[in-house]
Amino acid sequence: MKPAKFTYLRPSSLSEALELLHRHGEDASLLAGGQSLMPMLNLRFARPAVLIDIKRIPGLSGIAIGDGVVSIGALTRHFEVAGSPIIRDRLPLVHEALRHVAHAAIRNRGTFGGSLALADPAAELPACCVCLDAAISTASLSGFRSVPASKFFRGVYDTALAHDELISRIEIPLPPDGWTWSFDEVSRRHGDFAVAGIALGVRLAGDVIMESRVAFCGLEAAPRRLAPLEERLRGVRVGDRIAIGEIATRLADHVHPLASEEYPAFYRIEVASALLQRVLARTSEAIQ
Amino acid sequence: MSKPSAYGAVIGQPHPRFDSRRLVSGGGCYLDDVNLPRQLHAAFLRSPFPHARIDSMDSAAARELPGVAAVLTWHDLADVCSPFQCVTKAAPNLVSPPQYPLAPSEVTYQGEPVVLVVAASRAVAEDAIELIDVNWTELPAVSRLETALEVDARVHEGMSSNLAWRTEITGGELTALSDAAALAVEQTFSFGRHTGVTLEPRGIVASWSNDTGGLLVHASHQVPHQLQLHLAELLSVPLANVRVVCADIGGGFGIKMHIYPDEIAVCAASRILGRPVKFVADRIEGLVSDIHAREAITTARMAVTADGRIAGFDISHRHGIGSYSVFPRSSTAEALSSIRSIGAPYRFAAFRAQVDVVLQNKVMSGQYRAVGHPIGCMITEHLVDKAARARGEDPLAFRRRNMVAAQDMPWTNPAGGRMFELSHHACIDKLEKLVIADEVRSILENRRRRGEVVGLGFAAFVEFTATGSEGYGRADVPVAAVDTVTLTLGPQGEVRASASISELGQGIRQGLSQVIADAVGVALKDVTVVSGDTGISPHGGGAWASRGAAIGGETAWRAGQLLKREILTVAAAMLQASPTELDVRNGVVCDAEGRERISLCEIARTALFKGHELPDGINAQLTVSHQYRRDRDPFIPTNGIQASLVEIDRGTGLVTPLKHWVVEDCGRVINPLLVDEQIRGGVVQGIGEALLEVCRYDSAGQMVSGSLADYLVPMAAEMPDIVIDHVQTPYSGSTLGAKGAGEAGTCAAAAAVLNAINDALAPCGIEIASTPVNPVNIMSALRGARAR
Amino acid sequence: MSDEETLAIRCIVNGEEVRAAVSVRKSLVDWLRHDLALTGSHVGCEHGVCGACGVVVDGRVVRGCLMLAVEADGLAVETIEGATRTGRVLALQRAFFERAALQCGFCTPAMILQAAEFLEANPNPDRKGVREAISGNYCRCTGYEAIVDAIVTAARRHRV
Repeated sequence: MKPAKFTYLRPSSLSEALELLHRHGEDASLLAGGQSLMPMLNLRFARPAVLIDIKRIPGLSGIAIGDGVVSIGALTRHFEVAGSPIIRDRLPLVHEALRHVAHAAIRNRGTFGGSLALADPAAELPACCVCLDAAISTASLSGFRSVPASKFFRGVYDTALAHDELISRIEIPLPPDGWTWSFDEVSRRHGDFAVAGIALGVRLAGDVIMESRVAFCGLEAAPRRLAPLEERLRGVRVGDRIAIGEIATRLADHVHPLASEEYPAFYRIEVASALLQRVLARTSEAIQ
Repeated sequence: MSKPSAYGAVIGQPHPRFDSRRLVSGGGCYLDDVNLPRQLHAAFLRSPFPHARIDSMDSAAARELPGVAAVLTWHDLADVCSPFQCVTKAAPNLVSPPQYPLAPSEVTYQGEPVVLVVAASRAVAEDAIELIDVNWTELPAVSRLETALEVDARVHEGMSSNLAWRTEITGGELTALSDAAALAVEQTFSFGRHTGVTLEPRGIVASWSNDTGGLLVHASHQVPHQLQLHLAELLSVPLANVRVVCADIGGGFGIKMHIYPDEIAVCAASRILGRPVKFVADRIEGLVSDIHAREAITTARMAVTADGRIAGFDISHRHGIGSYSVFPRSSTAEALSSIRSIGAPYRFAAFRAQVDVVLQNKVMSGQYRAVGHPIGCMITEHLVDKAARARGEDPLAFRRRNMVAAQDMPWTNPAGGRMFELSHHACIDKLEKLVIADEVRSILENRRRRGEVVGLGFAAFVEFTATGSEGYGRADVPVAAVDTVTLTLGPQGEVRASASISELGQGIRQGLSQVIADAVGVALKDVTVVSGDTGISPHGGGAWASRGAAIGGETAWRAGQLLKREILTVAAAMLQASPTELDVRNGVVCDAEGRERISLCEIARTALFKGHELPDGINAQLTVSHQYRRDRDPFIPTNGIQASLVEIDRGTGLVTPLKHWVVEDCGRVINPLLVDEQIRGGVVQGIGEALLEVCRYDSAGQMVSGSLADYLVPMAAEMPDIVIDHVQTPYSGSTLGAKGAGEAGTCAAAAAVLNAINDALAPCGIEIASTPVNPVNIMSALRGARAR
Repeated sequence: MSDEETLAIRCIVNGEEVRAAVSVRKSLVDWLRHDLALTGSHVGCEHGVCGACGVVVDGRVVRGCLMLAVEADGLAVETIEGATRTGRVLALQRAFFERAALQCGFCTPAMILQAAEFLEANPNPDRKGVREAISGNYCRCTGYEAIVDAIVTAARRHRV
């Protein structure tokens, strides 16, 4: 199918883009990487009157590190993030998660900010942002603000972004020393959307979990850290399969799972539970 | 002394395909690569509902949209086009109403074309479609096969029932089904509807010329002469004025061998407008409008004697076909093929099958790779495993005991399948050796000891290939079972062949080249085969039912021998020798001592340009033609056995096929490289059938797997490597002895995977008998087993 | 043509400068195929799943159906035709040919471009890595094994 007609605008500065966004409001869609917008345009699920291509705006791309924070420009492509030594060394959770994001050709175009703005419940990067307490910086004509990831993802395709706002930058605080990070997901085929995925960090003392951060993708309408689960894991030995298995079977207590005819709630919970056990088992093996 | 070019010099060799060279460089010419001057583009308004009535329609705004050339409904086409109706003597009293290229008032499947918009571009045509205002009245839809005969709703308004056709097939001593049975195993199966998903969608460019009163059609289609015939009839154009050209085809698998209403409508539109009209079905419309296949529910019972011999099968089979029987070959063919392949590898005494072919408010089902065989194989091989398990014996031992032995053939089984020249025991022996060599048993043991859920499954099969003229001929359906090859020796000593087979990528042109090279005695590089164009290619069968090598290949051989005889006749006259003393090798006529005497180039040039030098009475016929019809055996059966090793993830229910093996017998193999890759492709389609592919419908009968994000096809990361070996039992009824091979992989792959899954889950007391097997079902079953 | 909004773009296609006014809603792959007659790239789904439309933009394989032609303004595009002319993918093409790693050929150009990108970063791949690398390219004909074989062969030959 071919897209419905639209007017194509290509601002060359942030202020120009924000002006256009403000003027056209709900009639406009932003075109960044296009990997989620283009299928919707092609299938005529999305029919914006105006397409605002923001790729020419300077300063929205690139990865920098400083002041205890990794800063990722919203227009940074997935492949750039995946290939970044800063990300590989300082944010291994993101590095690992990116291996699961779609396929190479999609990662060559898709952007970090685009994934967050879409807020597909199965998306990997929102779960990582939540797990790492990222701050999402936005810009609009009214000004700039920073929204913590925990407040940014509200529901299925639903974020805290106002309609005249765009994401400019994502800032992820460098995790303190002593944390081990894992990402894993279950999908029907390699590169498919996740039935469930887990972003996990643990701070170990020996083999005992002192602290953890757990967020799932694909399990609920929006990713969030599961504080009760993190509490339960405190003090547990990472290799204690029985205790962890017990905790995993109680996962349903803590979540409001998505349900579809294809993947009912019980199944997502089973998969999430299996993932939790799997990544903790791998962490345990790694320290031996 | 040069290598003799006797039979077998290139036949049997794994030559890469000549066509591959341009395809790897992007030099293919697929339908959407064809562009004719002044062409317009077509898009369809299709029914969004499985069943509805069109109350009114306002297309004024659509007509007025700049760039729109026409907005057509059936009313506009009726003067130039007829409806069509599936009628076949193979299914007497088949209920299938006339089908219109554009539905006039009642729509009976989601995706049925209603309005054809022709415009300057596809995008503009789609814009126009959005401006068409249709008032629909939704009607109750018949969707679920389980209840299709029981519900009040009717697929077509006014029908008395939703039954399209009913038949019973019986044979042998039916008492054997109960009397002799010490053991009866029974299962109800549910097979998911799915479809072919050719990577290149369907497409057609129709070009009507008012000057010539002729229709030129480019199409992505497997059987150009069939399309030509029906276009001529439906559009009332003399056959001689219709030309169908099929160049490169991006996958067929049976999807592209049917008459589609939208394609007929496009041809009619071109006639009305007097300009070329191009239509490419995009993926979204393809998923709802391409033929579907394989939807069936079967309750099957297999009786086994005390000494472990299969006594017989008792089958109750319901086959879902959509709202029309596909034209012209009939959707009933799949049901019959499903039934006739039950029990086929084995000896048994009794067979009874009650078959209901049922209409549904879904798109037509039709012949899709291996047509029915996967269903018959899944049923049979599941019951065989079940019986073996009940008897506590090895599944291969049970099969060995029951397989039809070479010395017991020819034999017609009670289902009516005629078995001859099959090699079940040789194949099972070879398979067992391969599986042993790969140490599969110890892999299984080790992994099971580690608590992993793994299983090994087998599936033996018989495939009925290369359908003879009885198949459709008796049914009075005009499907060519012959093939024709015309050969010409040209002035460079090259041999140019025009053949009635169709190249779909399976490599049949390459295969024929090899046959012709050996038959005539020329080098492979000096043979060219053209096909796919009714203006050039002689009439014949195209590509379906794995007929290319068995029928097309034999035709090519005989034509090649004819040409060789002519060449030797001329050469003998020129050399004043006897033709019996001469042979053609590597493009040169040689004498009995192997000395090169005269080249084919020289013979051709003499015949063409210096005919006066030939002796009196020699009128060189260096263009020959042969049309071949197999004069015995309605089908050529082939056989094989497959094995699948799978792993099931306890935590997710996901099934991973770890490895797959195929040993099969397709008689003489013309090109083992190409045959093996056909088998591999077929196996992966069968794995898709077992694990991934299904057309899903919601409770309102709406198809919800409407894009490739929802309709899952096998991708590389999940597929196993596939080991292949062959037994070659040549077909005695032809010179080459080739049998059908293209669909063998698909015949049994799903059955092997299903059996492997059940082998893995048997210790948990779980049995799965519906496809595709999805991880949610496995998790439910595992949870249920844990609870018990 | 009609009321299509167009934009003048300038880009490099297969090494040659192209200036054109393109319909803003036309996809990159449609523009390459129909306006520039570069029919080696194919369209299989138009929603970014099948991979048949793969072309190279600024050195990286992209889904040609998920890019608008206007987004190629100022960029360098390479199709299978260009890659063939430069000989850049010759080893893969030879390996595909010899191994019969194609049948209908519809997926092949994009498959080769994708494999080439993978091999550049992974000159010594294992089969699992190859399978994952091509997991976004649908092939209905081959069942993938021959494709994996051909890619591994091409990699090996390149290393020798």
